[in-house]
Amino acid sequence: MTLLRGRGYASVNYPTGMNLGGDPSQALIHATTMGAFVISLSSVDLGQGLKTVVAQCAAETLGMPMANVIVDTADTDTGPHCMGTFASRGTHRVGNAVIMAAREARDVMLAVAADELEVDAGDLETDGTGFVRLKGSPETRIHIQDITLAAHFKQGKTISGRGIFLKERNYPVPETGEMDPDSCQAHACTVADVEVDDETGVVTVLGLHNTYEIGRALNPAMAAQQVEGGGWMGVSHAIFESTEPYYPASRDHGPVDFCEYLMPGPAEIPVQESVILERPASNGPFGAKGIGEMTANAPIPAIANAIFDACGVRLTTMPFTPESILRGLDALRA
Amino acid sequence: MKIVNLKVNGVGKTFIARPETTLLLALREQLGLTGAKRGCAQGACGSCTVLLDGDPVVSCLIPAMTVDGGDVATVEGLADGPVLSDVQQAFLDGFATQCGFCTPGMIMSAEALLDRNPSPTRDEVNEAISGNVCRCTGYEPIVSAILDAAERRRAGANL
Ligand code: FES
Ligand code: FES
Repeated sequence: MTLLRGRGYASVNYPTGMNLGGDPSQALIHATTMGAFVISLSSVDLGQGLKTVVAQCAAETLGMPMANVIVDTADTDTGPHCMGTFASRGTHRVGNAVIMAAREARDVMLAVAADELEVDAGDLETDGTGFVRLKGSPETRIHIQDITLAAHFKQGKTISGRGIFLKERNYPVPETGEMDPDSCQAHACTVADVEVDDETGVVTVLGLHNTYEIGRALNPAMAAQQVEGGGWMGVSHAIFESTEPYYPASRDHGPVDFCEYLMPGPAEIPVQESVILERPASNGPFGAKGIGEMTANAPIPAIANAIFDACGVRLTTMPFTPESILRGLDALRA
Repeated sequence: MKIVNLKVNGVGKTFIARPETTLLLALREQLGLTGAKRGCAQGACGSCTVLLDGDPVVSCLIPAMTVDGGDVATVEGLADGPVLSDVQQAFLDGFATQCGFCTPGMIMSAEALLDRNPSPTRDEVNEAISGNVCRCTGYEPIVSAILDAAERRRAGANL
């Protein structure tokens, strides 16, 4: 028995959003009497962190603390329109819509504050702790709770804003095939180190080294976790997960339920090392591109290339099972 | 049907269990404790893990009728008001949760481990959470948070 080591790499360019028939998302924002800003969306947070990221976008734009922002991902029957949470589009599309809505609301907030302070709205700024104050004269200030009370009970105004990001439908140029189907692309490269047991055919992924260029990491901790969680999923697709070849033809063999569906557990995780590069995208919210689905992509071909490097077996069908390795080794020896 | 008396997080509870009521459904639907999650309902994912008489169990496989007189601990019982337990705090500090669906189960498995083994190795942590599936984090932050919690607990015990 020999343990063969190998290293391989793969790169991915990943589009943010889709062409569809146009790819819009909308956001509405309004201030409550207590001075909170409620963002209404029909976009869904299913664990990817959309609510956190859009709350950051709103807080930054409004100049208010995160604690003053409530994200209400209500319901597709009643919320502002969103195409959905897919195609790594949430941060980009919804983030942009939220920024636009928050800008409009900020303008009203400053106008109401200006009336209360009897100054010009153009001379006001936010301090990030909940106050609007006069530039150069910070003691002339008013708290957001007093601004919303004044808006609702004295001035008769809503502090609110509307936002939309629309990526219009794009058609290819017939002569060249050229088109602009997405708004920007994120880029990544993964280097995988593997060990192949030439007797059992078992592949162990020892390490994944990831580099991601994602415009701007709006939330660096979540971006890093997305990369490593996606890396884990890539390993899982590469060497474990399959319902084939028995599904759907026959359920007599192979996994019939999730008790038997193989996924790596905590003991099978490789060492991961990740670097995030930031080159702000001109049309992204604060420069961000999408970093969703792409994180599970590059690890798979990188592992396939590392297996080839380790033992000369070129595999093109996932998952890279011990059986496929052993058959490949037999073919090389024949 | 059977009237079941149970201690849940130290408080006595009484409810009526039908033959098909699992401990998980009793907790979630009759006692209003929705911390334990129903991921697979077949014992494969660990998202429903609670402690029964101190042992981690998948509550989706336990008929509620059989736990009369038992002592159950769920994730809701860990925090002391606004103060999180050491394991919860370590998960928060170590960013060991993404969607959070696996988190209550992971934390209860970790509690059970640290109760019997205050100084686990990384391998022992892996073993202890091997019945808990996480689809988001890649496990590393979870394992590190549990090791971190163990260290905090030991440091606390030495004070
Ligand atoms: S719900 Fe109990 S193990 Fe999955
Ligand atoms: S954090 Fe989503 S399943 Fe673990």
